[in-house]
Amino acid sequence: MTAINVATESPALQNEQMRPGQTSPRLALPTVLFLVATIAVPIAITFVYSFLSTADIGTGVKWDFTLSAYRHLFVQDKLDGTTAFDTRYVKVIWNSFVYSAITTVVTLILSLPIAMWIATRAESARNFLVAAVTLPFWISILIRTYGLRQLIDDNGPVGGVFHRLGLDYHIIYTPTATVIGLIYVFLPFMILPIYASAERFDFSLAEAGYDLGAKRMTVFRKIVLPSIRPGIISGIALVFIPALGSFLQSDMLGGGKANMIANVIANQFGQSRNWPFGCALSVLLIGLTVLFVQIIRGISARSGDQVNLV
Amino acid sequence: MTSSYLAISNIKKSFNTPEGGTVHALDDVTLDIQSGEFFVMLGPSGCGKTTLLRSIAGLEYPDSGVITLDGQRIDDIPAYNRPVNTVFQSYALFPHMTVAQNIAFGLEMEKLDKAEITSRVGLALEQVKLAGYEKRKSSQLSGGQAQRVALARALAKKPKVLLLDEPLSALDLKLRRGMQIELKRLQQETGITFVFVTHDQEEAMSMGDRIAVFNSGKVVQLDTPREIYRRPVNSFVADFIGETNLLDGVAGTDGITLPGGGMLLRSQVAEDCAIPDSGAITVAIRPEDFEITDTHGAITGTVRDSIFTGDTVRIHVTVTPEVEVAVSLPSYGARIPDRGEKVSLSPSGNSARTVAS
Amino acid sequence: MTTATTKRRRLVNLRNFPTFTATSWAVLIFLYLPLVYVIGYSFNSGRMVMIWEGFSLHWYTVAIQDINIQRALTNSLKIAVVATTLSTVLAVLASLGLVRMARNGKRIAWALIGIPLIIPEIVLAIGTLAFFMAVKIPLGIFGLILAHTAFCIPFALLPIRARLSQLDAAPFEAAYDLGANDREILRRITLPLLSPAIVSGALLAFAISIDDFITSFFIAGPGATTLPVYIFGMIRSNVTPEVNAISTLLLLFSGIVLISSYVLNRVRR
Repeated sequence: MTAINVATESPALQNEQMRPGQTSPRLALPTVLFLVATIAVPIAITFVYSFLSTADIGTGVKWDFTLSAYRHLFVQDKLDGTTAFDTRYVKVIWNSFVYSAITTVVTLILSLPIAMWIATRAESARNFLVAAVTLPFWISILIRTYGLRQLIDDNGPVGGVFHRLGLDYHIIYTPTATVIGLIYVFLPFMILPIYASAERFDFSLAEAGYDLGAKRMTVFRKIVLPSIRPGIISGIALVFIPALGSFLQSDMLGGGKANMIANVIANQFGQSRNWPFGCALSVLLIGLTVLFVQIIRGISARSGDQVNLV
Repeated sequence: MTSSYLAISNIKKSFNTPEGGTVHALDDVTLDIQSGEFFVMLGPSGCGKTTLLRSIAGLEYPDSGVITLDGQRIDDIPAYNRPVNTVFQSYALFPHMTVAQNIAFGLEMEKLDKAEITSRVGLALEQVKLAGYEKRKSSQLSGGQAQRVALARALAKKPKVLLLDEPLSALDLKLRRGMQIELKRLQQETGITFVFVTHDQEEAMSMGDRIAVFNSGKVVQLDTPREIYRRPVNSFVADFIGETNLLDGVAGTDGITLPGGGMLLRSQVAEDCAIPDSGAITVAIRPEDFEITDTHGAITGTVRDSIFTGDTVRIHVTVTPEVEVAVSLPSYGARIPDRGEKVSLSPSGNSARTVAS
Repeated sequence: MTTATTKRRRLVNLRNFPTFTATSWAVLIFLYLPLVYVIGYSFNSGRMVMIWEGFSLHWYTVAIQDINIQRALTNSLKIAVVATTLSTVLAVLASLGLVRMARNGKRIAWALIGIPLIIPEIVLAIGTLAFFMAVKIPLGIFGLILAHTAFCIPFALLPIRARLSQLDAAPFEAAYDLGANDREILRRITLPLLSPAIVSGALLAFAISIDDFITSFFIAGPGATTLPVYIFGMIRSNVTPEVNAISTLLLLFSGIVLISSYVLNRVRR
């Protein structure tokens, strides 16, 4: 795969280098150094701290090398000196997985129609709709989640409708609320990449399909879907990976029961004051993120689709 | 002949292709361009003419060879210090500047004073007949206007040589004709040496004082338009410049036996063309050089079709199942043979030529 | 006459697939309903965010006069302005330098720039917290500016990078040919051509900084509470329509910034 990349990149690179008015690569040095200090170093420190012990007093760490933070993921030391297998954190990791997976599936199901629908509108409507879908992407997640909380609260409008129908309604502070929050927040992350693929889709291909006698769902499944696959793969990556590390939704909607990885991490730097454990969970989260990025890369390399992750 | 002004000696340039091969864009090119000349570099796309132009401008660096201008070596001077300027194929106007700012740009780079710049911008705009367009944004110009601004921008620098890279290729035919005349006029008025790249042989013929015909990174022929048209050195030039019928013949003591069995006499071939006593040989006859002869001519065949084009009628004559010749006859005067009619053709005078294949 | 037309089989639009239109509208409503709700209840005259009592601008006056909100807003603006400036400058420098950087250097630099877009924010936030504690950078505005600048760089870079890849080589060659050296080309051609993208990137960075919650939550410290951190606290303790009012103002502000960025990005066509 690398070899292919090298071959296809070289002529473009040659041209880029020929363009007059280009500046020295040294210009990028301040940015690179700044990012090393503010991004690479903190990640490195997280890694180092995950192998240290908790401080005796207050917050922070003690420079004693140990694997106890990682052991803490699975084992609980009881007060009477015995140890027991601890399923709490395994459950949290599993929950994060399941919530993210459900979020990914639901956003995909919702995004396919809207992405296709936007792609088939007239140009002016299309620009407007793309802007409408992009806007929430940039708006404060905090405020969006707060609004959703009001909306799905037992006393909110959705609850009101259920009450009037004489139905039981209680969603807020349950895992369901967390997942609804994740779906709500990450929807644009799925719609936009699929739309980007759908917009490039040549509808005369679909017309050729109809002309050759295919029905609409067949055309969708056999012609449209394969063409927008790169967008779908990008969307899955852009929803699943950040959902795995999300914090606000389970905090504000799930009732702060610390049922996702990020909430447990936050606790270690708040009330629990166990920095090494928090760092170990962070390392785990980084590991999972890198793993999924690699999986997505693998899939896109194998299918030959151009998938953009950033 | 005057001594050379822009001398290009042994320029070589090769590129690596994505497939890992090497393309020789310029294969040991040597040219002498004279002061005040309208010099045209002509050839099909990919023949190296644009690479040579860009090498003169300093936008491309040859692998080897020397370029001198007015006795001074310029190939090691960066483009921004070379006393040559370019009119780009895509015009390359700065989109964020007005017409006047575009033209002033090069003068500001020379650190001229403001008054001087203003007067030279005005003069340049007058030269290209765009006075009053100073404040226009370059995005508000039509193709023809953008072309003139690009020209004014380069001329305002008073370059020793003006390089023009297929400058008219984006214009429609009518505008192109007008610009051809105007460019020729500007060149004569300013006395600046023009080096003009084109793939359009008609444009090259109508504008150039001399033409260098390029093929596969080499200069195949360098001469005046008339000479190149009358005396192409090989079948590539004969075919590329104007239209020509290339016929595979066999040389003999009397002359050349042409397809269909007809005989082309030695007297019908131009005097400067040598004909061996035997062996295969290529004969070039232009469509307008054919005459219809009553007696047995060099070529006999059947008229397949005839097309009226105004001042001429073009007929296609099938000689053998594989060979067909195009003939151009004046549409007045001589009788035009009908479709299906048998005709006998001969080159008028000694207008046939033999060419290297 | 109408019956005749309705009886005729309607020609369906083959570009539409069944239920797509309905689903799309439902999704759009879902995306905006919570925001509409926040905005709507900011005009409630009562104390509750769930029970509508009447229209009033009361909570806007309360929010604007709230000294804590004023402080938090000042902090947010200080951080956002400085972080935007720094990240934009660093993004421009990076975009100019990276073009000619060797392949391996480029790959490492892009990976570094892209990390904040891929790694969960909480990971970087606690890493930065640990880093600041280790090197004794006090929690507060200075630290927040550093952290915000870091994650704003990729956003500031997005439009610049896109614009740079669209730029045609011809104007650069023309400037070179007309006597401009590399420095003059940078000043007279490259930067002016990039300027809409630079402004657009700066606006995105600003929007990201002013809205940031997680990083600010961990490294603000007691003295440098930002507006989102303060709003989060209000939501946790006592929810009144004041939260909705200040949220609405923040939404309005981000909206203006984002729409300006969007318009700037389109104007260049």
